[in-house]
Amino acid sequence: MGITFYKRLFLLPGLLLLIAVIIFPLLFSIRVSMSSWNVSRSGLDFVGGSNWARMFSDADFWSSMLRLLNFAVLTTFVQYVLGFMLALYIWQGVKGGRFFRLVWLVPLMTTPSIMAIVWRSIFREDIGAANGILKMLGLSTIGWSTEVVPAIFTIYVAEIWQWTPFMFLFLLAGLLILPKEPLLAAEIDGASPSRIFWKITFPLMAPISIGAILIRLIESSKIFDSIFVLTSAGPGSATETPTYFLWKRSLAEFQIAYGATLALTYLIVMIILLTIIAKVLTYLARPRGW
Amino acid sequence: MSKTLKYVFLTFWTLFVFVPLSWALTTSFKTPDAVNQGATFIPWVQFEPTVAGWQDILGISGYANLIPNMVNSAIVTFFASLISVSLGGFAAYGLSRFRYGWKYYGNSDIIFFFIAQRILPPVVLAIPFFLLLKGLNLLDTHLGLILVLTSGLMPIVVWLMVDFFNQIPREIDEMAMLEGCNPFQAFRRTILPLSKPGIAISTIFCVIFGWNDLFFSLVLTFTNVKTLPAAVVALNGTVTPFWTLSASAIFSILPLIGFVFIVERYLAKGGFSGAVR
Repeated sequence: MGITFYKRLFLLPGLLLLIAVIIFPLLFSIRVSMSSWNVSRSGLDFVGGSNWARMFSDADFWSSMLRLLNFAVLTTFVQYVLGFMLALYIWQGVKGGRFFRLVWLVPLMTTPSIMAIVWRSIFREDIGAANGILKMLGLSTIGWSTEVVPAIFTIYVAEIWQWTPFMFLFLLAGLLILPKEPLLAAEIDGASPSRIFWKITFPLMAPISIGAILIRLIESSKIFDSIFVLTSAGPGSATETPTYFLWKRSLAEFQIAYGATLALTYLIVMIILLTIIAKVLTYLARPRGW
Repeated sequence: MSKTLKYVFLTFWTLFVFVPLSWALTTSFKTPDAVNQGATFIPWVQFEPTVAGWQDILGISGYANLIPNMVNSAIVTFFASLISVSLGGFAAYGLSRFRYGWKYYGNSDIIFFFIAQRILPPVVLAIPFFLLLKGLNLLDTHLGLILVLTSGLMPIVVWLMVDFFNQIPREIDEMAMLEGCNPFQAFRRTILPLSKPGIAISTIFCVIFGWNDLFFSLVLTFTNVKTLPAAVVALNGTVTPFWTLSASAIFSILPLIGFVFIVERYLAKGGFSGAVR
């Protein structure tokens, strides 16, 4: 048997399985988005682009997109800074490093939807731990689920708690494979630690940082579980992200056709945005003299 | 940064990691009064621990039994990870060693196709998958959920493993083929043993993401194959009290927290480095 046979043997089973599972949903969504399938009438008629026109003027959908942009960028940035600090400490060696490393990885292993239940019990206004501690300190309590900013805050806290370990792990792996020579040379030249970090470590870490940031942007954009459990997009729609909006339209209200339109729009917007972000980050991190 | 500041930060973060876990753990042993009369924190001082919450979820008190759900989660996670790691690993090896092409699309486009699947949120696929599985008679079956989860997990494996295989010198498999192995035997005898760390990392991420999936189980399974997250979230939607919910939360995350102790050394050593290169 020739090499071509083996070439195909390796790639095709995986690729074909993926295509088989993915292609139907995609084509189906495109077709459905041009129908009027909803709770009162099912089936594939053809109404052209009316769903698409509705989507463009759906202010709720676009404000959920803006909310997501804010959420994804902010939590990813905080996770990046915290994860980088934690990774640097372990990399430089810290007393009890093994213990810290083990403990910091634990949130990564927990289930987001289930942690959301725990966070919900912490941020319960009457009997939760957060207000309990505020009371003990003699401070006034906060309406975690009834006020807009605190509700957003709880989602951000849950997300940062859950995923900072991923950044930590990813950046630590990057630090461990850095070439040692430039760092040693700078140390011998007597450069200060902060100078070494900003002039050598940080630029060398740029490609890895971009990878980690992009992965987190992609993954955090899909956030659904914790919003579903923790705030149900409330108060009002203060914590409603596109995935929750999509879920509400298509699975709760059964507007199948319009849901498919929103889903495809989300996909297109995400692919365009991520490509732009990837290009910009790569441009900012391009090698420069110093 | 000064040394003190550093340790203050480390301690603060470590405490922050412990906060929700210890709150859930103590709450799971609380009495109704200790929950409903305002926040309590210290067992034996502020309340007498009881195991009522745990009896509720283990089928002892007849309230709910999460053990079958844990078995479902284990079956689904195991097989979805197994399929993803083996098929994804093969595909990644192929993409690392051979040149594929169709018109002007090449290897990097195929890799992008795999990774692009991660952009798809489960909610986008929910209704088509529902209809697809309904047509195939696979709704509420292990196989159906495994297939669907595999489509989300395999991209992770391909993404992690292509770079990992790229780091293993080609000479190694070329040598094996010169000695009369076919490409498959060369892969099995020389590359597979060398890629254990990469396989370990891929498996860990498949297990984490497979175990933690809520959405597909929520939409595509009903009674027979409900996984743990879906079952616990369903409890959360009823009048289940917080001590029972906390017990179920600890019960569901315990297996993977045990898992971290086994796999931590793979995660922290260079095993992950293939992915970040």
